[in-house]
Amino acid sequence: MAVTLFIPAALRPFADNKAAVILPAKTAGEAVAALAAAYPDIQQHLYEPGGALRSFVNLFVGDTNIKNADGLNTPVPDGGEVTLVPAIAGGCL
Amino acid sequence: MLRMTSSLAREIRAQGEAAYPNECCGALLGLWDPEGVREATGIFPIPNARESGEQYHRFVITPEDFLRAEKAARAEGLEVLGFYHSHPDHPAAPSDYDREHALPVYAYVITAVADGRAEAMTSWRLSPDRARFDPEDILI
Ligand SMILES: [Zn+2]
Repeated sequence: MAVTLFIPAALRPFADNKAAVILPAKTAGEAVAALAAAYPDIQQHLYEPGGALRSFVNLFVGDTNIKNADGLNTPVPDGGEVTLVPAIAGGCL
Repeated sequence: MLRMTSSLAREIRAQGEAAYPNECCGALLGLWDPEGVREATGIFPIPNARESGEQYHRFVITPEDFLRAEKAARAEGLEVLGFYHSHPDHPAAPSDYDREHALPVYAYVITAVADGRAEAMTSWRLSPDRARFDPEDILI
């Protein structure tokens, strides 16, 4: 079971500058864990010290935000796409 | 350094003026070279997702909108290089709030809009230790 995980530009310096990696995974959580195992430098940017995903890290399986599905247990079909998406905000004051 | 065409710069400024007195926001699409110059070739305007009463000094891009921008970029062989937003009646310099919510690597383009007219446009990169925003040249 291989899935494609897309990495946003902000996290690529910690993953050999790769835009996407193909990883063995059956769920969204397994895909991120496989990424962190392959590129240990990225781990601190994905997970809180306790092991939960950081709040600004969002994961989509296809077009589905895993928060609206089964979270890290959201299944990914063979050949499916997982995208890591940071939250973006700002303002002038 | 961030390169963009003058028409792209005009589009970003026009969006800042159209959103005034609120903040506009969107993604910069283009060619991403980890070492070299970033070249923005298009923009992906995104509706400001903050509640309307806060939009005069805040913007939010939802993960769903970010994903749409990523997919639009991917479909054209481009990347999301960064984000632009406007500062209504404030200078084109990042606020502490901007810095606290920023991510490294991305270009953050800020357009000052004074009294409904776009003025200075600047671009910034967060330092890897998150301590400060460094200015970068915009080459038009
Ligand atoms: Zn700002």
